Amino acid sequence: MSQAPAVEAVDVTREYQLGGVAVPALRGVSVTIRPGDYAAVLGPSGSGKSTLMHLLGGLDRPTSGTLRIAGRDVRELSATELAGLRNRTIGFVFQSFHLLARTSAVDNVALPLVYAGVRAGERRRRAEELLDRVGLGHRLRHRPGQLSGGEQQRVAIARALVTGPSLLLADEPTGNLDSATGAEVLGLLEQLNRESGVAVVVVTHDRDVAARASRQIRMRDGLVVA
Amino acid sequence: MRFAEAWRVALDALRANRLRSGLTMLGVVIGVAAVVVLVAIGTGAKQEVESQVQGLGSNLLLVVPGKVSFGNAPTVSPMTMTDVDTVARIAGGRDRLTATLSSGETVRAGVNSKFTSVLGVLETTPTVFTRALAQGTYVSRSDVDTGRRVAVLGYGVAQKLFGDRDPVGLQMDVAGVRFRVVGVFAKLGQSLGVDRDDEVHIPITAAQRLLGTARVDALAIKAADATRLDLLSAQVTGELTHRHPGTEFSAVTQDQILGVLGKVLGVLTGVLAAIAGVSLLVGGVGVSNIMLVSVRERTREIGLRKAVGARTRDVTVQFLIEAVLLTTIGGITGLALGIGAAYLVAALSPVPAAITWWAITLAFGVSAAVGIIFGVVPAQRAGRLDPVIALRTE
Ligand SMILES: Nc1ncnc2c1ncn2[C@@H]1O[C@H](COP(=O)(O)OP(=O)(O)OP(=O)(O)O)[C@@H](O)[C@H]1O
Ligand SMILES: [Mg+2]
Repeated sequence: MSQAPAVEAVDVTREYQLGGVAVPALRGVSVTIRPGDYAAVLGPSGSGKSTLMHLLGGLDRPTSGTLRIAGRDVRELSATELAGLRNRTIGFVFQSFHLLARTSAVDNVALPLVYAGVRAGERRRRAEELLDRVGLGHRLRHRPGQLSGGEQQRVAIARALVTGPSLLLADEPTGNLDSATGAEVLGLLEQLNRESGVAVVVVTHDRDVAARASRQIRMRDGLVVA
Repeated sequence: MRFAEAWRVALDALRANRLRSGLTMLGVVIGVAAVVVLVAIGTGAKQEVESQVQGLGSNLLLVVPGKVSFGNAPTVSPMTMTDVDTVARIAGGRDRLTATLSSGETVRAGVNSKFTSVLGVLETTPTVFTRALAQGTYVSRSDVDTGRRVAVLGYGVAQKLFGDRDPVGLQMDVAGVRFRVVGVFAKLGQSLGVDRDDEVHIPITAAQRLLGTARVDALAIKAADATRLDLLSAQVTGELTHRHPGTEFSAVTQDQILGVLGKVLGVLTGVLAAIAGVSLLVGGVGVSNIMLVSVRERTREIGLRKAVGARTRDVTVQFLIEAVLLTTIGGITGLALGIGAAYLVAALSPVPAAITWWAITLAFGVSAAVGIIFGVVPAQRAGRLDPVIALRTE
């Protein structure tokens, strides 16, 4: 594997300021995710898993260390450029889905394309195609409230992939789902990783799930321990 | 495309909270409506006054003793008929001038009586002021020279005293003295609450005898052309001051009257509009407030939009459009309401109302500006939200 990394963190730290006191959430983490990787992030609560995901996805900037997304050092990017980079190269999936409530499945999926400047007709076509791929071709007009939890998370996965990103970051995507539905969603992520080669990083507490990933990133107290 | 999305989202957000949006708009609706109504009334009053002053005739110079200004007690006039003759010579002939002596008196015919304004005049009045007769003739030169007791009635007075009968040739009393009706003026109607048909003209000499005075209250001169007005004004006041040492005389042109009235009405309109503008300001604060609530409510949505690639500017514009939409919809509603109210006022009261394009443009522009001014802080706050924090918000 000598391909350029999708994202690369070198000795990255992230501190939060709490009432004038610096609280370290990450204390020097180095992680490289290559195209096609399927990595699981494990660790106890508060160990910095979400913080790492936000950094890898360019939602946040490190306090120190070097972070390169799609080969670009985030230090050298403006907020606008970083937004564009997120739009094109990163897909996020959240524990609580984060779908727009009054918006149909197809329009939820098409949302990133709005900010990519894609025309309405093309947006719709690509959103429908993605919904079809996650098995929701028959639920295009449904709103989040009219969908089951598993269906909602599949809409969110379709949204994460609609711009054709190279990296999909899923922070406890099954946390709000029962185990059977959760297994389905994870199966879908694996399948997408296999078929389209998108790199997947998934935060999970489930050891079986982690075992199925090609790599495990174990965290403790803001450090990668294995 | 991003812009279209911003519009769609803003409209959707307003629709999602119909009642709240409506109540928030109310402040703007009332503010704009109030501004539109008050400006319409002010403009209408101004136009009415202007058309009346211009309707008097052209190139007029009004000469009165004392200073012409608001709040000054009128000076008792020292002018007499000899002054009239002197000024007539300066003005270029008796045809160019008229003199008046006015008083409020009761007029009576049979059982009908009315308190009205009685005006002593020269026979030249209808040529100096544009004034048309409906029936009969006006006061004649010989009527004035001999002080004959003849009267020309305003339309309203004729109606009140004689009903549908033709009053020409009939007898009437003015302050208990018998007069003969020789003519009736054409109907003028109401303006600004004043009945312009409520007057009686009699020869100034007859009026002087009636009131037991030799006084002439005021002179009106019709100049041959506008360029002569200034010179004439100086000559006439100079001569009158010379003849009556110690008394000041003022000569004002229509333009000067229009200028003074226009300024007064303009200030009045401005003050009223400013008061109404305060309610618009209050409406704007309401918009600001509700936009802050909207931003807070949709913090997670903002975080999500940023996560999928929305820039700071995209989010700011979206909320700014929402605020502007809120105020312009309110503005249009207020405009419609204001126009309706202005017409209602015009129909139900003597106060005229005029809707002008600049008032409409102003109302629209101001409401949009209120949206931008009061929406910009909440919108910037939305745009600057840290996506990580926004996404964690419950
Ligand atoms: N905005 C913040 N301000 C201060 N401290 C923060 C902030 N966000 C996170 N932290 C702290 O940083 C540390 C790491 O948080 P993080 O959310 O990354 O943990 P996590 O591994 O995702 O935990 P969990 O499994 O519960 O989701 C925690 O101690 C947390 O309290
Ligand atoms: Mg977490």
